[in-house]
Amino acid sequence: MQTETGNTTGTTRSAAPTHAVDGRLSTPRPMVESGLVPADAEGALKSRAENLSFYYGSVQALKALNIDIREKRVTALIGPSGCGKTTFLRCFNRMHDLTPNTRYEGRIMLYPDDLDLVSRGVDPIEVRMRIGMVFQKPNPFPKSIFENVAYGLRVRGLRSRVRLEEEVEKALRRAAIWDEVKDRLASSGLSLSGGQQQRLCIARALATNPEILLFDEPTSALDPIATARIEELIAELRDQVTVIIVTHNMQQAARVSDYTAFMYLGELIEFDNTSKLFTNPSRKATEDYITGRYG
Amino acid sequence: MTAQASLEQIRADVGRRKLFDKLFVVVGMLVMFSALLVLAVLFIDLVQKGAPRLNLDFLTQFPSRKPERAGILSAWVGTSLIMLTTAAITMPVGVAAAIYLEEYAPKNWVTAIIEINVTNLAGVPSIIYGLLALGLFVYQFNLGQTILTAGLTLSLLILPIVIVATREALRAVPRPIREAAYALGATRWEVTAHHVLPYSMGGILTGMIIGLSRAIGETAPLITIGALSFIAFLPQSPVTGEFPFLSFAWLKDAFTAMPIQMFNWVSRPDPRFQINAAAAGAILLGMTLLMNGVAIWLRYRYRKRINW
Repeated sequence: MQTETGNTTGTTRSAAPTHAVDGRLSTPRPMVESGLVPADAEGALKSRAENLSFYYGSVQALKALNIDIREKRVTALIGPSGCGKTTFLRCFNRMHDLTPNTRYEGRIMLYPDDLDLVSRGVDPIEVRMRIGMVFQKPNPFPKSIFENVAYGLRVRGLRSRVRLEEEVEKALRRAAIWDEVKDRLASSGLSLSGGQQQRLCIARALATNPEILLFDEPTSALDPIATARIEELIAELRDQVTVIIVTHNMQQAARVSDYTAFMYLGELIEFDNTSKLFTNPSRKATEDYITGRYG
Repeated sequence: MTAQASLEQIRADVGRRKLFDKLFVVVGMLVMFSALLVLAVLFIDLVQKGAPRLNLDFLTQFPSRKPERAGILSAWVGTSLIMLTTAAITMPVGVAAAIYLEEYAPKNWVTAIIEINVTNLAGVPSIIYGLLALGLFVYQFNLGQTILTAGLTLSLLILPIVIVATREALRAVPRPIREAAYALGATRWEVTAHHVLPYSMGGILTGMIIGLSRAIGETAPLITIGALSFIAFLPQSPVTGEFPFLSFAWLKDAFTAMPIQMFNWVSRPDPRFQINAAAAGAILLGMTLLMNGVAIWLRYRYRKRINW
């Protein structure tokens, strides 16, 4: 079952990120089972899903997932439509709590606090105060650009105009949109282009200094140029924040992520260094997916 | 050759199907214009008949036994104050009820029954509300035959309309916008107060004014609770000369209203009172159209800022 023939085509190979640990690719490793930590994982452990299952009513959408999220690294979730990758992502900030009749089983631990994010005893609002999210379609509030970014801070009780202005500028700079909007902070967030709106949403999420930033297919509604800018931005954010990104686009996963998890039918099939997963996947299903046999 | 033939076929086919498009436009225009025409004819007729009395004196004089000296001062002041009271009661209660049903209520059978009942209440005849108000507000609560009672009664009458319209407006706020606010750590109340409510304000105000437009013409419930048809004095002024400059004593005053004044005049044998009735009708219709105009303007203003 373990295949040495698991090599994929050169095209995905060339798309591997430059920061990948290429030197270690040839090292023989034991077979990677579902959820096994990559042996050469770098960075401190930020979060760990343990036997995480999720149910919509009686339908089980996630099946006992195990995954480690490394601090200040980008982890990508890939897989065909309906495989549960977005469902999994939305467990991290308890977005499912907004839908009645949903249920989590297992744990998602957040370190270093040893906090179980999906525990009943933990308030979803507390979780969302620490974990930010950027959505599939840009969804700025129909308020001014300034108010969009300031909103998270206002919810946290920041009232000082000076501090708000500082923090908003900082967030807009981090999201690489400051130069485009600095002269029109008072105009509506909806007056921006789609790509700018999405960067505004990233600034909005960054303003509250989240420990983990979740991206749910952030470029699926954008053109290639806007997509490239968002990807650059995610690469820059790597040094500042832990990122989990769901993407439908395998090239994107290869370009921006350090680790990639391949999901299929609610299960985690394979989880590894991105370069390894795309060039030398351990599982047949992964290989079939990344070479385009389905999905 | 074959391509040519099929192109003609396509054109013939498209032309045939587009005929229905045009047909629908014609039918739609006909229906719309006939509705507008009826209203216009009614309005012009009232203005024509009432023309001799449509002047400032008519608005500043109290009712009188002499038709040429009778005016609608107490009626339009009464109507305005009743509308103010109705709006002040309906707005918070209706919006709060809608927010609860839409944002907070668990989706179970109790909520379903409440929802069905609210919708059904919109269809209850207004006289029933009048009888309820007579028993409850006038006799049980001893509020008397006052402006407050009238406001409460008309509030009951239009609450279902306002609740249904407000719920529609709240529902129109897209889910991703709510999720964005939740994802930043907002509570349900913060999401509602900072986002959902402001973004749906245009729709809420429209529903509110549609409700008030209905209330302004209501006669039956006001007669039931005992509105007077002859009042030669005004309620106490809401603004006073001394601190705190606002008075609510007018809430406990007797009242009459435009439709009641009209009803009274129409039932008089003297044909000169018919002129007064027509003039009052034209003014009431004008007030309603003005309120609808405000609704359209508000909707336009709010929707301009928000375009998802």
